[in-house]
Amino acid sequence: MPATTSRRSSASLAPRTAPWLFVAPAVLLAAGLIALPLVYTLWLSLRGTQVSGSGLGVRREVFVGLDNYAHVLSDPALLAGLGRMLAYTLITVPVTMALALVFALLLDNTTTRLKRFSRIAIFVPYAVPGVIAALMWGFMYLPGVSPFTDAAGALGLPEPSFLGPVSVYFSVANVSVWGAVGFNMIILYTSLRGLPQEIYDAARIDGCSEVQLALRVKVPLIVPGLVMTGLFTIIGALQVFNEPNTLLTLTTSISTDWVPMMQVYRDAFVTNDLFSAAASSMVITGITLVASLGLLRVLQRRAFGED
Amino acid sequence: MTAKRGAFWPTAVLLLGAAYCLLPVVWLVTASTKNAGELFTTFSLWPSFSGGLTENLEQLGSIRGGAFWTWCLNSLIFAGGGALLATAVSALAGYGLAKYRFRGRQLVFHFLLVGVLIPGVILAIPQYLLLSEIGLAGTYWSVLLPSVISPFSIYLCRIYATAVVPDEMLEAGRLDGAGEWRIFRSVALAPMVPGLITVFLLQFVGIWNNFLLPFIMLSRTEMFPLTVGFYSLMSQGNDQVNVYNVVITGCLVSVLPLLALFLSLQRYWRLDLVTGALKG
Repeated sequence: MPATTSRRSSASLAPRTAPWLFVAPAVLLAAGLIALPLVYTLWLSLRGTQVSGSGLGVRREVFVGLDNYAHVLSDPALLAGLGRMLAYTLITVPVTMALALVFALLLDNTTTRLKRFSRIAIFVPYAVPGVIAALMWGFMYLPGVSPFTDAAGALGLPEPSFLGPVSVYFSVANVSVWGAVGFNMIILYTSLRGLPQEIYDAARIDGCSEVQLALRVKVPLIVPGLVMTGLFTIIGALQVFNEPNTLLTLTTSISTDWVPMMQVYRDAFVTNDLFSAAASSMVITGITLVASLGLLRVLQRRAFGED
Repeated sequence: MTAKRGAFWPTAVLLLGAAYCLLPVVWLVTASTKNAGELFTTFSLWPSFSGGLTENLEQLGSIRGGAFWTWCLNSLIFAGGGALLATAVSALAGYGLAKYRFRGRQLVFHFLLVGVLIPGVILAIPQYLLLSEIGLAGTYWSVLLPSVISPFSIYLCRIYATAVVPDEMLEAGRLDGAGEWRIFRSVALAPMVPGLITVFLLQFVGIWNNFLLPFIMLSRTEMFPLTVGFYSLMSQGNDQVNVYNVVITGCLVSVLPLLALFLSLQRYWRLDLVTGALKG
């Protein structure tokens, strides 16, 4: 492994080859497990099977150009899935970021009590796998076992529906928000704690209220942290799979192609249409790259005044 | 007076957030104390003392011939082993990228940065196809290997190495005639440890929580991690004996140790690393 190779040759290491030995394991693994799979997916997305002859024809693999892309991009099921993914992202990302920021600012606020308890409690979901989180919330959405149904019944309110045609979006988004708020909160809180406290005193002397201080002084200063957490929240939302796929086992409100990744999985392993799966994968990758790089560009220009 | 009044709302809102985050866990604790009949009939946030918990634990232990404990062990192997290897690979690469000027350095770095943005979920299927070609699909390595390469961890290690390893000490080592590997081990590694612990924990949780990769790679029940195991129980439906009770109790048993680990390791986290990353 890497350690032994470099150790053996350590006597003869000139700083010309040494850096390559340090990065070699990572580069080899990244080439084999990130670059190669991507290239392979791209290649598969341009291939297809052709049946030659009539009846029991011979199936062979051929180059089909952009046919698979034309096929998946005109597939109403995938487009519907992309729409649901977008709706889910538009709910999840702003809610996660807003809650994380509010909680972080409250933790940083000097008058807040019971901070330690709240900080740990809100961080707890980070240690819960998405599949288990989806199962827990999924059970709590089920009318028979839901505490919300019990509570509504006791208060004489109508039974809440968590898995209706519209509410199901919020129910799936809620599982992800629940899982992500704590981690993002801690990151933002850590950024806030890293700020020099003296600037607060200056602002307070100028008659700045705590709310103004938070919004006008603290938030602009932690923009790098907000960009970072926002970026990862968006990347996570665009590849959503675990939560809806797990809720699928508890409800019929979620179809097997609810989001694009679920359809990709089904195409690849259930219906054995690898070529469509590859094309859909490339589409999702493209959307993710455009969204994240675009966001980075816009925000960097706005926030840091550089390109 | 104003300070006291001012303390009410911030505290209340934060406690509301805490209640939201703890609610499912409380539900999990009470639900696991109930037997199959009680789960659907009694008030969900009130525990039952009719011995449902021991019954559930017994069933959990006996499901698929003791598979639950095997799944726990597998999760630990994947997360522990994967995170350890990933940290080692990332530490070497991060140090190499931070402390040497060499041709291709920027290229390697940008290549890894794009890797951060590629959805891991997308890679799992082609990784499976490629690992099948070399006969590794379905083995422990098929889950471990993709977990070992983590562009984000390398990114963090590079930032951290730049910040904490002084160039003068490396130069001093070279003047003393020490090899580059020895300089890394004796001079650079120690100050990097707090950062490496953070990278290890982030990666551990990432692998522990991962579902799609092991779901695609593994086909044999006795190799599943917990996430895939629970999913396989759930997807076979509730017509079998009390699957819901078993899964609920299993979730509780598997979540508690990780929570304990987290709370005890809290002070070793250096999460300022993650935000510092963007500036660097």
